[in-house]
Amino acid sequence: MTEINEERLAELLRALPPAPEAWLRAAQELAPARRTLDEIVTRAEADARFRQALLADLESALAAEGYEPPPGVVDALRERLRSA
Amino acid sequence: MSTVTSGSPPSDAQLVARCRAGDDDAWRVLVERFSRYVYAIVVQAFRFREHDAEDVYQDVFIRMYERLDQLREDDAVRPWLAQLTRRVCLDRLRAGARIELADDEMPYVETEDALDRIDEAVAVHELLATLPEHCREILDRFFARDESYRTIGEALELPPGTIASRISRCLAKLREELEGRSDVGQPSGEQVMR
Repeated sequence: MTEINEERLAELLRALPPAPEAWLRAAQELAPARRTLDEIVTRAEADARFRQALLADLESALAAEGYEPPPGVVDALRERLRSA
Repeated sequence: MSTVTSGSPPSDAQLVARCRAGDDDAWRVLVERFSRYVYAIVVQAFRFREHDAEDVYQDVFIRMYERLDQLREDDAVRPWLAQLTRRVCLDRLRAGARIELADDEMPYVETEDALDRIDEAVAVHELLATLPEHCREILDRFFARDESYRTIGEALELPPGTIASRISRCLAKLREELEGRSDVGQPSGEQVMR
């Protein structure tokens, strides 16, 4: 390490600001959200009636089964059900 | 399932292993550990504006989660993530501008300089993490979070006059620490101060 004065140190400290809190929280919730998504898709693949209910009214079918996934997961689920 | 406990912070490799085992708390810690790094690459090096930046930032962590099994060395998360982030940024640039870019091609010369500077900043922040809590907090609040003396004073219950002198003392301490180390900031084996 060479030529690091306090001005340069201050500049480097400023160079790593935190990401917006909401971005961080969303990324942190990714893992449990993905797990919920995979669980629902696996169940839909094995249960034709559940799959039909999801396709007919996704939000209501999820709520009826006790799922409360965040909006991003609902969108991703809709996408996966369409492409399946 | 949760296995992250208080005490000394887990290593990158430990967190990766716990994430693979389905530990959501470990994932949250891992994301927090690398959040600033990814954010800096996206916003400073590739200069995405806020809306695109948020999409890219989330996409990086989605790919990270999906590809953790492909990480060959669990203690080399940072260089792997840097490469992943660059790839996501380039994909986004290609999609937006419809331009042809090789995977290792940087669209702007200054991007490379910015990446170097971010790596230097990471090394300094890692050294900052070794300072006493009162120094870590005040330097991070003032410089990285850009908080005013007033905000800092209210949060830390310090009179404004004390804040300036504490920042000055802590900055000097950080510099002393830096001068005492020639191998600063290499937890993942790739950070080199230039």
